[in-house]
Amino acid sequence: MDHRPMAWGRPRDDVYGAYDASYVRPNDPTQHTQQPIVTGTSVLAIKFKEGVVIAADNLASYGSLARFTDVKRLRTFAGTSVVGFGGDVSDMQYINRHLTDLTLSENYSSPDEPRLSAANLHRYLSKLMYKRRSKFDPLWNHILVAGLDDEGAPFLAATDLLGTTYSAPSLATGYGSMLAQPIMRRHAPDEESAAQLSQEAAIEVIRESMKVLFYRDARSMDRYSIAVITKDGVDLKEDEQLEGQSWAFADRIKGYGTQTV
Amino acid sequence: MAAMFSQNPLMNGAHYATTDAPKTNDYREHRFYPYTDNGGTTLAISGADFTVMAGDTRHTSGYSINSRTEPKLFKIGGTTADQHDATIVLSVCGFAADGNALRDQLDTICKIYRYRHGKAMSANACAKRLSTILYGKRFFPYYVHAMLGGIDEEGKGVVYSYDPVGSYERETCRAGGAGGSLIMPFLDNQVNFKNQYAPGSGVGHDLQERERRPLLLDEVETLVKDAFDGAAERHIEVGDSLQMFILTKDGIEEKILPLKKD
Repeated sequence: MDHRPMAWGRPRDDVYGAYDASYVRPNDPTQHTQQPIVTGTSVLAIKFKEGVVIAADNLASYGSLARFTDVKRLRTFAGTSVVGFGGDVSDMQYINRHLTDLTLSENYSSPDEPRLSAANLHRYLSKLMYKRRSKFDPLWNHILVAGLDDEGAPFLAATDLLGTTYSAPSLATGYGSMLAQPIMRRHAPDEESAAQLSQEAAIEVIRESMKVLFYRDARSMDRYSIAVITKDGVDLKEDEQLEGQSWAFADRIKGYGTQTV
Repeated sequence: MAAMFSQNPLMNGAHYATTDAPKTNDYREHRFYPYTDNGGTTLAISGADFTVMAGDTRHTSGYSINSRTEPKLFKIGGTTADQHDATIVLSVCGFAADGNALRDQLDTICKIYRYRHGKAMSANACAKRLSTILYGKRFFPYYVHAMLGGIDEEGKGVVYSYDPVGSYERETCRAGGAGGSLIMPFLDNQVNFKNQYAPGSGVGHDLQERERRPLLLDEVETLVKDAFDGAAERHIEVGDSLQMFILTKDGIEEKILPLKKD
């Protein structure tokens, strides 16, 4: 029997066999995320009179394989904000855990009402993303944060893997920035028009844009999550089905769709 | 023996430039690149008793417009977050995330200075400090063209412009960013009267340069608008809105003017 201190509390080699050192992390250089593996596609969001609508489909792809078909890419924060994730799903889950920890400590220090508005949360996440890119160890996501700012006005902003931030009346990540953003901008070209938009109209614009994305984005799916954030709280639906699809246009498509002969 | 350490590479056997060395591990096909360009243009002109800082508000990624209302101009060193009593304006153009980080860092330093010394930082001191901040990241630079505007100790307008690693210079005017190379020659001609000569002063060496005079504020405002209209016409990353800060001894006035949105 080995009574030396370095063997204290360890399984005995003579009973259990020598420890399999292959379970220990090898002494190689640390590997950073160099490319996303399991990915989520676009996230869309638009501001309206009293709040923000945000949506993302429930698919996590493994390259071109539709690998996980029930992955929720919207998450609420403090019951007042919603974060939508595009990009790497494991990095999303990491941030998700991080935000859950943050919620826990926030609930201890401010149990009665949430202190962190969507604006605060966006600032926090963008600092996190920028810090990680500066360590050459990026979180491979494009994130939208929707909710209300400190004054109670609708808030919508984005941050990406480089820590770049921007805000606009409507935002979209990935293919959404090419396919859905033009549709959303037709309804809310500026802050003034967004402040005129009704909740019903905003939801309809988002649903219509999700449909267009499903028609054209090969990494998208017809089941999606949609959340409406107002001062009354978050209304999150996580298992919506795209309705009123019409594929009549499909048999006329040649090439990329611009071809006429 | 002498040949072993020869300066002639051919005498030292198999020799590779670092990039041509045979790869021992070729699994790394793509490396994460920590920079991007978010486009846009900034412009600063100093006058006798004022400074005008201007920038467009378009924020881009490649051919996409992320936002039409994202500012590149920031008031620095006020007592509170709303910067109502700030006297200095920082403009940053290039990689927007670095720009924001730089703005936060400089603002914090100015606020600490105010707390410690009981007065606002002078434009001159702030300019020097900004240079050391940029040089502090000499080997992982803030990828921005920064400019600092303010009023100097004599009450004159000042503009300092920087390269990404902190080389800086006080100038009467400077345009930076995507449309910088389109605007700068226009400024040379219209602010510093370059290539302008007194009419009828002769030919060749007899030509007399047009006498230089400091511009008036309304002349500068017109010039700035014209410069940005020109840049927005010819550069796809410039447009949407023109944000202008007019700095005088009385404070900072903000103006927002429309630009082409296409």
